[in-house]
Amino acid sequence: MLEFLGRFAAAAAIAAWAFAPTAEAQLNLVGYWNPIFHEDIDERIPGPSVGDFAGLPINDAARLRAQSWDASLLSMPEHQCKPHPSTYGFRGVGVLRIWEDRDEDTQQLIRINTHIAWQEQHREIWMDGREHPPAHAPHTWQGFSTGHYEGDTLVVRTTHLKAGWVRRNGLPLSDRATMTDRFHRYGDVLTHVMIVEDPVYLTEPLVKTNGFLLSPNGTMTPYPCEPVMEVLREPGDVPHYLPGQNPFIREFAEEHGLPFEATQGGAETALPEYMEQLRD
Amino acid sequence: MIRSGIRCPVVRGECSTAPAAVVIALLAAAASPAAPAQSGFGDVEIETWHVRDGIYMLVGAGGNVTVQVGEDGVLIVDTQFAEVGDKLLGAIRELSDGPIRYIVNTHAHPDHVSGNGVLAPAGSTIAGGNVAGAIADAGVGATVIAHENVLIDMSGQDPEIPFEAWPTDTYIGGQKDLFFNGEAVQIMHQPAAHTDGDSIVFFRRTDVISAGDVFSTTLYPVILPDGGGSIDGVVAALNRLIELTVPEEKQEGGTMVIPGHGRLSDEADVVEYRDMVTIIRDRIAHMVESGMSLEQVKAARPTRDYDARYGADSGFWTTEQFVEAAYRNLAGNSAEKGGF
Repeated sequence: MLEFLGRFAAAAAIAAWAFAPTAEAQLNLVGYWNPIFHEDIDERIPGPSVGDFAGLPINDAARLRAQSWDASLLSMPEHQCKPHPSTYGFRGVGVLRIWEDRDEDTQQLIRINTHIAWQEQHREIWMDGREHPPAHAPHTWQGFSTGHYEGDTLVVRTTHLKAGWVRRNGLPLSDRATMTDRFHRYGDVLTHVMIVEDPVYLTEPLVKTNGFLLSPNGTMTPYPCEPVMEVLREPGDVPHYLPGQNPFIREFAEEHGLPFEATQGGAETALPEYMEQLRD
Repeated sequence: MIRSGIRCPVVRGECSTAPAAVVIALLAAAASPAAPAQSGFGDVEIETWHVRDGIYMLVGAGGNVTVQVGEDGVLIVDTQFAEVGDKLLGAIRELSDGPIRYIVNTHAHPDHVSGNGVLAPAGSTIAGGNVAGAIADAGVGATVIAHENVLIDMSGQDPEIPFEAWPTDTYIGGQKDLFFNGEAVQIMHQPAAHTDGDSIVFFRRTDVISAGDVFSTTLYPVILPDGGGSIDGVVAALNRLIELTVPEEKQEGGTMVIPGHGRLSDEADVVEYRDMVTIIRDRIAHMVESGMSLEQVKAARPTRDYDARYGADSGFWTTEQFVEAAYRNLAGNSAEKGGF
């Protein structure tokens, strides 16, 4: 009888170990995910218009930089192969692939990887409790990310980002920006929430959500990029408009019959009350 | 402010050593809030960051230090302040116990060269032939290389920089080449940029550039009125860096750039800074050509979209000083062309 109880106890312990969810494995994000574009489709698919900064909590400095931005900048070889930073990439087009790296012996989760097709945005989210690097460490497009679980939600903190963009029409994000993002899965739907803070160009956190749908037959294609000389320029020439001289900055407002100031962004332009404010 | 063990001044919330260096050097204002107090050097810790292969970036008080170690010994680019020289030497000795053969100075400012007086005597030069016979101490101390204008600047500075810290091997013209630790090391002069004696140091096999103060991630370019620098020269130097750098993939990695101050960078970071300096230069040049006075240019705030990132309202190098220096450069250029 004692022998039986002993064997039962051992079996129960093994079963409990085998089926109990471990602290770091409460959410399985692994797979291919197709982006759903029901949010902000005009911005994300055809791309934002020049001069459309509406609904974004930008400050005057960000506005001036965007008003000075000339799309020809992107024809320069040193600008051609830039991927989206992680603060923007999840809003872009392209399949998202997520996979895990685990210790082969312990099966402890070391890292979650995300890879978005366009310009091969490969992000590493460290789950092993490591600290963020010091201030003098390099910054990257995807930044340095660490994650942990809060219930069934993966929460990620990202620092060490390169200077990037809030919107693909010249609205800047500085290399002092940080991001907290949250991943939550509802069946075959993945909801991603990003909260971007930038003491240089944002007056308050920029919060965006993005949806993804599980793609059982998903595939990932490579996206090589090799810069070429598209336009011969004088040495040192950097395309930009002098303040007040961008001929295209009012086009968006005029095409849509909007007051110009309503298109120029600021936290207040994200609120329904702003329409009343404009009428006043 | 103490961050990661480093005591340093604060510029816009970022740990920056540039103001400290120049304040001490030129204003001798040790009590300035931007400078480590004399006793503050005791709190400085040297942090070592492995860049690639035998190349390391050392961060402490003053400009960034580049150290190359290998079978031939040690090559150092810039040496921070004399007050932290012993700590710097200790950090270097953790990387290599080989002989310190070369020190390269990117320019003459004390936050980059004062430590020569500590580090050079700790090294040695291979000397032979007629040199060894005629000069008794030819093998004593590391060779200190710099552009000739650095020696001219250092020998005339007030407060005086000790003779032991001066360059021992200067070059003129565009470039000096070495082959050390299995790779070509090119020391390239960048005329009239941050100063009149700037060099950038290119480690060709390792694919790392030590840029000196022609590139910083902390402040607007420091263009001292009497230092022989110019905003056009800074733009030219930044474009030279972009010509030399090759990203590994997706405009990231590849050639790494150690700035004079700030974080380890790559081409994309230099491009961001180059774009900023160029855009501001173009704005001020347009204002100069429009006949605006310095006061009018200052009032127009041509830097206002970058001030929160690179500007400073106090300390050695303020936004206002940057605008004034750029204006005087560009107004001078305009006058030379017959305008303004």
